[in-house]
Amino acid sequence: MDNTQKLEDEIITAIATASDEAALETVRVDALGKKGRVSLLMRGLGKMTPDERQIAGPALNALKTRLNDSIAARKEMLAEAALNARLQTERVDISLPARSRANGTIHPVSQVMDEVAVIFGDMGFSVAEGPDIEDDFHNFTALNFPPDHPARDQHDTFFLNEKDDGSQMVLRTHTSPVQIRTMVAAVERASKTGNDLEPIRIIAPGRTYRCDSDQTHTPMFHQVEGLVIDKETHMGHLKGCLTDFMATFFERQVSTRFRPHHFPFTEPSAEMDIGYARKDGQILIGQGDDWMEILGCGMVHPNVLTSVGIDPDVYQGFAFGMGIDRLAMLKYGIPDLRDFFAADARWLKHYGFSPLVQPNLATGLSR
Amino acid sequence: MKFSLSWLKQHLDTDASLAKITHAMTMAGLEVESVENPAETLAAFSVAKCLEAQKHPNADRLQVCRVDTVDGVKQIVCGAPNARAGIWVIYAPVGAYVPGIDLTLKKAKIRDVESLGMMCSAREMQTGDDHDGIIELAGEDWKIGGDAAAALGQNDPVIDFEVTPNRPDWLGVRGIARDLAAVGLGTLKPDPYGAVKGGFDCPVEIKIDAPEACPAFAGRVVRGVKNGPSPDWLQKQLRAIGLRPISALVDITNYLSYDRARPLHVYDMAKLSGPIRARWGKGETFSALDARDYDVTSTMCAISDDERVLGLGGVMGGTYSGCTDETTDVFIECAYFDPKITRATGRVTGIESDAKYRFERGIDPASLQSGLDAATQMVLELCGGEASSMQITGSPPVFTRQIEFPTSEVKRLTGLDVGNQDIARILQSLGFGGDVDGDKWQISVPSWRGDVAGKADLVEEIARIYGFDKLPQVSLRRSSGAVKPLATPLQNRARRGRRVLAGAGYLDAVTWSFCARKDAVLFGGGADKLALSNPISSELDCMRPSALIHLIRAAQRNADRGVSDLSLMEIGPVYLADGPEDQRLTLAGIVRSNPRRHWVGNRQSDVFDIKADVQMALSAMGASVGNLQTSPQTSAYWHPGRSGALRLGPKNLLAEFGEVHPGVLAKLGVDGPLLGFEIWLDAIPASRARGGRSKGAMDKSDLLPLARDFAFVVDESLPAETLVRAARGTDKALIADVSLFDVYAGKGVEAGKKSLAIEVLIQPREATLTDAQIETLCKTIIAKVEKTTGGVLRD
Repeated sequence: MDNTQKLEDEIITAIATASDEAALETVRVDALGKKGRVSLLMRGLGKMTPDERQIAGPALNALKTRLNDSIAARKEMLAEAALNARLQTERVDISLPARSRANGTIHPVSQVMDEVAVIFGDMGFSVAEGPDIEDDFHNFTALNFPPDHPARDQHDTFFLNEKDDGSQMVLRTHTSPVQIRTMVAAVERASKTGNDLEPIRIIAPGRTYRCDSDQTHTPMFHQVEGLVIDKETHMGHLKGCLTDFMATFFERQVSTRFRPHHFPFTEPSAEMDIGYARKDGQILIGQGDDWMEILGCGMVHPNVLTSVGIDPDVYQGFAFGMGIDRLAMLKYGIPDLRDFFAADARWLKHYGFSPLVQPNLATGLSR
Repeated sequence: MKFSLSWLKQHLDTDASLAKITHAMTMAGLEVESVENPAETLAAFSVAKCLEAQKHPNADRLQVCRVDTVDGVKQIVCGAPNARAGIWVIYAPVGAYVPGIDLTLKKAKIRDVESLGMMCSAREMQTGDDHDGIIELAGEDWKIGGDAAAALGQNDPVIDFEVTPNRPDWLGVRGIARDLAAVGLGTLKPDPYGAVKGGFDCPVEIKIDAPEACPAFAGRVVRGVKNGPSPDWLQKQLRAIGLRPISALVDITNYLSYDRARPLHVYDMAKLSGPIRARWGKGETFSALDARDYDVTSTMCAISDDERVLGLGGVMGGTYSGCTDETTDVFIECAYFDPKITRATGRVTGIESDAKYRFERGIDPASLQSGLDAATQMVLELCGGEASSMQITGSPPVFTRQIEFPTSEVKRLTGLDVGNQDIARILQSLGFGGDVDGDKWQISVPSWRGDVAGKADLVEEIARIYGFDKLPQVSLRRSSGAVKPLATPLQNRARRGRRVLAGAGYLDAVTWSFCARKDAVLFGGGADKLALSNPISSELDCMRPSALIHLIRAAQRNADRGVSDLSLMEIGPVYLADGPEDQRLTLAGIVRSNPRRHWVGNRQSDVFDIKADVQMALSAMGASVGNLQTSPQTSAYWHPGRSGALRLGPKNLLAEFGEVHPGVLAKLGVDGPLLGFEIWLDAIPASRARGGRSKGAMDKSDLLPLARDFAFVVDESLPAETLVRAARGTDKALIADVSLFDVYAGKGVEAGKKSLAIEVLIQPREATLTDAQIETLCKTIIAKVEKTTGGVLRD
């Protein structure tokens, strides 16, 4: 068997030194091809006695297997080496700048409106809407602003040109007309179905308008209205609801203070202040010795309930209104209201939000 | 409304501190806006004595003084002619801020002589106008280092607070004192003025010809008065709140206007002829106390005599009949003027006066006699003379209002537990009366509280005085069970459209709902009904018909600042008419494509980028983009050849997109080209809820899809969409997708025609297709496309 061993050694050496796949194939054909040296030995088996074949057969088969394995291993190694060599030639300067892809942003007003909707949504409020162009009834009269009353002077109202009948539409001066539209619709539903008035819990964010323009006023701004009507909601709920809102919105404890005030459409009426402190020229919302007026609110006035056909002795509830732009300025440190509506790309990129930061309570409101 | 602390203390017996008073005011609804405390601005100044004054060695008009001060004896150079040894002065040390000359004092050398501090004039301390010399304190009863504010009588803080329109009684100091007494800050002092008995009959007859404007008019004469400057205390009181003292008679009326919200007027009897009338105007010209002439129209209440109009009732008196130092007999008017008519007169004339401010808010209708008596008594005290009897014509609209008040209302509306005893005490302290026994009280409303009309108003009074800080705090929780959607489909669409486009690079903007009317016309708007009658500027005088207007203008502003590659969007309203249904919600976008050079090369966006953005947004908002038809018929503000409309059916327009019309851009003064789009969110059909949120079974085949290419020669004008749609419609089960990969016109294709090449993806469903089946399908596709488009298969 020395010859066989020698043959194996020779072939193994040839496999190991084959420098590429072609050379390796030559070695394989030379050894295991039809006329290969090992194949010829296999062919010799037929001339052997059964006893000889009993020994030589398995030995040759084992040899064939070893050679095949060896060739396969060498083949894999050569392929890997060839790939590595090719990849070496495929280098790029990976520090070159990427293809540019523009990043858009969400306007602070849009973002804060979403935040507000999430917080009140968690308290069971749905989102209602109404038109910007209102009639006198919805903007004033139904809200208990008597005609020719000084309270109307406080709303620097925009009027549209006179209609044929001499009346004038107004740009809503607050989001409160949505209260009226919501209650009227609820009363209509109740009378159609014959059921009791269903409880109302809505917020109404939107555009509002006042004929005023200076450093802190723009002729258009944003408010969010809130309205709760049922048979038991009182001022304690109002206080709890809005205090919870402030803490959730500002994402920290916020001290609040309610002061009596006057609004024609609420009675009792209140203004809410939030605590703050001034530190190094910055305003820190939450705690502190100073109070900042943040919103107006109160129990819906019996005259308002009556004007929409709701019995004020049976139903009751609260309403509030606050400025969205102001909330955005306070929370996100935006200095000038007038910039909100200028569509300046630099401002929108700086103060805007990633579209993927979708306000929700699970991830944290603004994280 | 401004008032001073000492004035308040004339009505309120209290030893509460200023801080406590202002806090209590704010917490009772009298929101304090500012407190001016002269003692604070004058804190650095003190009383001193000039010991010696000698001529300055180097200046004729200056003196070198030695002054005994709180800091020891100081050498001070002084230019005042009255500086001399022995006088008591006000001393400002080095380092003090002198408000009248806006200067912080430094150690100085004046013409080579050292000067350490200053002796001040009234103007320098802003306590008066006098600048002829330094302040000399009268008498000898002073102490070195004494408080300057006290020495000058300037230690009276002035409080300014917001008077809400429902509380005209807070326009008088006595009304403020009443509320502060109710919250426990002290006790309301009795009214110092009582009834005055007349010594003779009132010689002036009062007639009312316009009872709607002036339902009641009281008056009386005081004869033999001596008018002149009013006493110091009264002048100081008026000055403290910014009023200019005029003469005792006039000052008395101004004082009572602020003291008890009771405007009055005084006339010089010598100037009157015949009876005094309250009547409608007749177009006369009237010279008012503000030195202006006004036309007295038939809607105004004119106070007149036989000769002329003497005053505009409730608004302003006239120059002719005004009291002067020569006045010896005075007629005092104390009337009730109707709020609405007063307000209308104020609006027409533009007059803002303390009287008008009070009458339009409504004065206490029961204050005619008491007001006139108070005025009379003050006139007698300050000017002497003899009073006539009171004459009253007409009767004021004094109301008697009883409110049935179950005290349980307090708890029902506020959640506060206030005992009946406390409720009764609060109501009484505010002047309410009535029967407070049992569960249902009968409360009577005082004459000065016209704002209190029902139970809720009483609840407010009780809660306000009891303290809003005691309100319970109860959290609101959502109701149990499944959460109903809190946002409408439209709101959800807006949210998704906004965020998907921001993800694609658009900047979300918010712009004005109004625009320039001339711009609105370019976008199909500008109707007269949508124009503002009182715009803030001509650039914002009309409701916008499109959100594109401001975005286009903003694109130019940004370009002018160097940002010329940008995508802007806005979701907001547009207005087609003035009704609630005429306001539509749109998503508009503008793209100015001007990419910077880049080593990978750069490509400008075109209408097909915009089309992709619109389709992506529509898809995100729930529209089935595959079902939309594209047509070239668009609004006039788009480029007629490079714009498209997406519709669902012939009528429902969902979006328009393309290049903005260059002519429109030129009129707006904006450089082109600009790409843009408008999507009408409310036109997107609501997704049909099919019971539950289940998505249905997935249709997935394990069989290999195969692709076949076809090219057709069709008319140049044929919309490619028609061809693609025809191919796809051939066999909806087997054809998974059709994509158009080549458009060609030119050599090899007949003039007026074009070649469109498509790849049809065939997805076998149940079994692999045989060659024969595929062949048949291809033939069907060709036949269908040729029939629909009138084209032919290209060889």
